[in-house]
Amino acid sequence: MPPDAKHSAPHILSPGLLTAVWGALVCLTGLTIALARLDLGFWNAVAALSIASVKALLVILFFMHLKYENRLLKWLLGLACLVLAIFIGMTFFDLAYRGLGTP
Amino acid sequence: MTEAASPQDSPARGFLTPEPGRGGLASWIFSTDHKRIGLLYLTCIMTLFAVGVCLGLLMRLKLMTPGNTIIAPQTYNAAFTLHGVIMIFLVVIPSIPASFGNILLPLQLGASDVSFPRLNLFSWWLYVTGALVALVSIFTGSGAPDTGWTFYVPFSERTTTNVSVAVLAVLILGFSSILTGLNFITTIHQQRAPGMSWRRLPLLVWSLYATAWIQVLATPILGITTLLIFSERVLHLGLFDPSRGGDPLLYQHLFWIYSHPAVYIMILPAMGVISEIIPVFAHKKIFGYKMIAFSSLAIAFFGSLVWAHHMFTSGMSDVAVLVFSFLTFIVAVPSAIKVFNWLSTLYKGSISLEPPLLYSLGFILMFSIGGLSGLVQGAAGADIHVHDTYFVVAHFHYVIFGGTGLGMFAAMHFWFPKIFGRMYHRGRAAWAFGIIMVGMNTLYFPMFVMGLEGMPRRYYDYLPQFAHAQFISTVGSWVLALGLLLMFHNLYAGLRRGAPAGPNPWGAATLEWSVASPPPKENFPEPPVVSKGPYDFAPREHHV
Amino acid sequence: MSEKAKDYAGAKLGMWLFLFTEIVLFGGLFLLYAGYLHRYRADFHQAARDLNTLLGGLNTVILLTSSLCVALAVTALERGRQGQCLLSLALTVALGLGFLVNKFFEWSAKFSHGLYPGSAHLHQLPPGQEVFFGLYFAMTGLHGVHVLVGAGLLSTVTLMVRRGRVRQEDFVILENAGLYWHVVDLIWIFLFPLFYLIT
Repeated sequence: MPPDAKHSAPHILSPGLLTAVWGALVCLTGLTIALARLDLGFWNAVAALSIASVKALLVILFFMHLKYENRLLKWLLGLACLVLAIFIGMTFFDLAYRGLGTP
Repeated sequence: MTEAASPQDSPARGFLTPEPGRGGLASWIFSTDHKRIGLLYLTCIMTLFAVGVCLGLLMRLKLMTPGNTIIAPQTYNAAFTLHGVIMIFLVVIPSIPASFGNILLPLQLGASDVSFPRLNLFSWWLYVTGALVALVSIFTGSGAPDTGWTFYVPFSERTTTNVSVAVLAVLILGFSSILTGLNFITTIHQQRAPGMSWRRLPLLVWSLYATAWIQVLATPILGITTLLIFSERVLHLGLFDPSRGGDPLLYQHLFWIYSHPAVYIMILPAMGVISEIIPVFAHKKIFGYKMIAFSSLAIAFFGSLVWAHHMFTSGMSDVAVLVFSFLTFIVAVPSAIKVFNWLSTLYKGSISLEPPLLYSLGFILMFSIGGLSGLVQGAAGADIHVHDTYFVVAHFHYVIFGGTGLGMFAAMHFWFPKIFGRMYHRGRAAWAFGIIMVGMNTLYFPMFVMGLEGMPRRYYDYLPQFAHAQFISTVGSWVLALGLLLMFHNLYAGLRRGAPAGPNPWGAATLEWSVASPPPKENFPEPPVVSKGPYDFAPREHHV
Repeated sequence: MSEKAKDYAGAKLGMWLFLFTEIVLFGGLFLLYAGYLHRYRADFHQAARDLNTLLGGLNTVILLTSSLCVALAVTALERGRQGQCLLSLALTVALGLGFLVNKFFEWSAKFSHGLYPGSAHLHQLPPGQEVFFGLYFAMTGLHGVHVLVGAGLLSTVTLMVRRGRVRQEDFVILENAGLYWHVVDLIWIFLFPLFYLIT
């Protein structure tokens, strides 16, 4: 059955909510710049990428409306991210072990 | 059959009827009808296939005897590069999805067209543009590309031949492929007729669905890879240049992250075609519908995890060699599931040995030989011996030509009466099949032997010990060409003068056979409501 | 084809699939970045100091704000406020162009310091730093092209809204153009820490 059969009026996001999300995004940007000035070694990169992921999630869920879309789109986005993670992650089977075991 | 059909028994022309008010060519190249677009693709693909075959024949002719013969070494390098680029990017990748997929997908779903008809036409235009740019790369600049279709760095960054233009062509073709995939996924989700549940989808649709996902998720990597080669050559970014800190192996990773899944873009639709044909000619419900559908998705997924098995001898880490070798063996499982299910469908079936079934059986034989020889190379130890030898060449020609090629020919013979409303000469089709099989095996089997004996691929010359096998192989190429000529001639003759075929000459049960042949422009005069599966055949009354 | 001209869910699904391809396209470059960061950690940290965090941060805020604007434009049109929608869209495009102007000054400064693809100065740096700048130009360059395309797309949609071809009852084109713009923003959200904050 075509899924658009039950397509009803779309969910409208209020300007207030959108502005609040924007505020959160700007605050997170400030936070990540501030954290970068501390020397946390390895954790610098972890912190920066975690904050970036949270920001990305906010953009996807609210600005891109995914929170209110059907389950199919959420699953497919997950699939796309999984595939990209596989491409990058499995390359490290080579990169992380290159040169080991050879004289 | 022998006489020209008289006007009264010539079939109604359906979507082939000329459109009033629009000229002949314009009514095709600006049409958004998926059936016309599919035929446009089919025409282009077959034309380019002929070009690729000629390049292949030229190479075989050169290799018939050792030494400096009819063509110079540089010409030979260009010939195998162009043969690869044309056959892979312009023929095999679009082959079944873009032509038969376009024609059949909406029909099999019970829809009037794909989700985005104009985008569909745009993909075809991109395809033509890509083909023209590829052509330009041959005749302009300082010589045709000589890198092989893989464009490996650092040579592809440094060669003075026209690689920049060629990679742009590949980029454009990749974009075309992505748009087709995107269109198909949306169509399968959105355009199914009432009652066409996921469990009633024909298996061709399932395979096109899996293929489309690879097209959407892997092809962008090809896009960025070709863009990077282009910018390396023009801007000298140095991302793959060891003297500038780059890592050439990362290029190989990127290239194969796309190009390995791409071989499943090539083979999955052919498997779908075979899954359609076998139950029809065994007149028996397909064995293991769910497993065949599932194995398409499994092949698409696991096929994305094995790319580095092309790099066992490249100097990548031993851990990666072990991991990717292991995963390679897993892909064999869903492929084997399909073969076993096809054979089980045939078992105790009421088999009519028509040309489409012949080509399908040829597919199973050739694909099995090719697939099993693939495992030899998937085993890391054995691969070191056969890597970059004729063994690899034999393997992928068995899989791609013997698999996808024969699958394509099977599709052509199966849906020919549906698309054109006429029937070809079946006896001649069987003869052509026999000659093609003999030719193919004579051409490619000696390559297995030469590969094991150490004959490297892409070499212009060879040691005297290979002379016999090379000679046999070249003779095989002539036999194969003869078979292809006979096949195309037979189809062309059927197109001009074949007897009217009727809506359902094979007694098949999928939706496309429920409408007239050729199908009317709007596909279904009445929107269909589906109440049975794709392989629930009516009891047979007479032999077709 | 008129009877199914408006398949709202289909148009959305198609757009999302296209966005996946954009994400994977950049994903190839992120793969290279990850590989080279692993190999040249110290060089990357050193090279990233040359980038102006303030300018990068400013550009981040500009893009985030433009993303807000395009989301507001969708809301406005959904509520039937065409004028508000047009204003938000114009603001989005303006901010996008502002991002590019900023980028232009940033790149010019790099060029004047002899840091451009294939330069002799770059070649004298340690290999890791040369790769860092290669990636910097490749990734921000490709992103810049996407900003340009997105701005062009939104300008076209602005015209369509003005002419009433995109309206309250039928706005999926605006939504899809907005989705594209958000993905451009999304990619910058990752580019910013990777190039400016990795010091």
